[in-house]
Amino acid sequence: MFSLLRSMWLVFLHMFHKRDTYQYPEQKAPLPARWRGRIALTRDPDGEERCVGCYLCAAACPVDCISLQATEDEHGRRYPEFFRINFSRCIFCGFCEEACPTYAIQLLPDFEMAEYNRQNLVYEKHDLLIPSQGKYPGYNYYKVAGLAIKNKDKGEAEHEEPPVDIKSLLP
Amino acid sequence: MINAWWIIGGVLFVLLNTAAGLIWLERRMLALWQDRYGPNRAGPFGLFIVLADTLKLFFKEDWIPPFADKVVFVFAPAVVVASVLMSFVIVPFAPGIVVADLNIGILFFLAMSSLGVYSIVLGGWASNNKYALLGAMRGASQMISYEVFMGLALMGVVVLSGSFNLQQIVESQRTVWFVIPQLLGFLIFMVAGVAETHRLPFDIPEAESELVAGFHSEYSGMKFGMFFIGEYLGVTLISAMVVTLYFGGWLGPSFLPPVVWFAIKTFAFISLFILLRASMPRPRYDQLMEYGWKVLFPLSLLNLLVTAAIKLWLVTK
Repeated sequence: MFSLLRSMWLVFLHMFHKRDTYQYPEQKAPLPARWRGRIALTRDPDGEERCVGCYLCAAACPVDCISLQATEDEHGRRYPEFFRINFSRCIFCGFCEEACPTYAIQLLPDFEMAEYNRQNLVYEKHDLLIPSQGKYPGYNYYKVAGLAIKNKDKGEAEHEEPPVDIKSLLP
Repeated sequence: MINAWWIIGGVLFVLLNTAAGLIWLERRMLALWQDRYGPNRAGPFGLFIVLADTLKLFFKEDWIPPFADKVVFVFAPAVVVASVLMSFVIVPFAPGIVVADLNIGILFFLAMSSLGVYSIVLGGWASNNKYALLGAMRGASQMISYEVFMGLALMGVVVLSGSFNLQQIVESQRTVWFVIPQLLGFLIFMVAGVAETHRLPFDIPEAESELVAGFHSEYSGMKFGMFFIGEYLGVTLISAMVVTLYFGGWLGPSFLPPVVWFAIKTFAFISLFILLRASMPRPRYDQLMEYGWKVLFPLSLLNLLVTAAIKLWLVTK
């Protein structure tokens, strides 16, 4: 009997506690920096697209919501001809971000993507590209990995070492 | 003397609006005690949630299951609202403001609250569904057994005031509210009242974690709304009865009119009902029965006997 009265009193005291609710549209909940929200394609420090069209994100995607077509520019640099993410399918798992070798595809802390028309949830490349380096400022994939140019392969220039043979098991 | 039709109309208007307003009040109060805000968007303080809820209930499909007993199924929800509204006939809101000044007011109230059981039993039975039937069985046994202590607890008040008439009971509390000489009776009546309106923690006929929704599992639309309104009317009724019988009804310092005192006290008890819901776990069915028959029943008998003995001693002295 006493414990019942005590619990009633304690519940009553909750009247004077701080509310836990965020009054959402006016008051936003703080999102952590690694929050997995809207997917974006970032750019390297030179303002070029980071994506090299390797299809790893599309392969990693468990719901097959990413589709792209790789192509090459006149310097032999690969880039996606189109890059399309269907956000009505996306489950925001972040596997594409993990798979990406160039840090191009990144998930941002933004979830306010609701649309009245379902078709508007399909984001094309110009919707996905952002003028930002995202979580990895200063990273340029080709500066790290090197790039073969005409008549000269990777590692053949001065002060360059030949690339590691990643298929070999030898140390 | 005010025209009786005005009183009936006024009482109906106030009660039905109170019952609807309780939808909002209960949700806001529960939210308050759970560190939330509750409905606060539609209209001032979210008051229009009542309107939204009512409209929603009206526009829901009014479905009668093909396996149900149609006549009884439709009839059952009306019984609960009708019986509770009938009980309000004897509640004195202020001196002279009472629909029917019956000299057997308390007995009428007990009779009407017993009729409320029919709604649960018939609704559960007509649904032809095992969960509804289980809920109805629980409801029947709970309400019938708790009515016994309810009646016996009330008899203490009747012995003290020497009348079944609620206006006279209120008048006889001018010196001291009956909650002081009848504290035990008040507690028993309160527990029995919660059980009688099958509100949490005694919502065993509904028990959504065990029985889907108990006796009204199959109900939808405004037929469910009737059970809903009936429950809130029941809460208001029990609060009003507690106030009338134990807390001096309309009596209070004269800077406020009597009807306002009655409303304030009733509101306090409605809030207590909601607080009970916010803080209590539901007992098991057999625990509820055991608690009723083994604790409350002897206590209410004892209360009646001691009250009667003291009254007799005072009278003969």
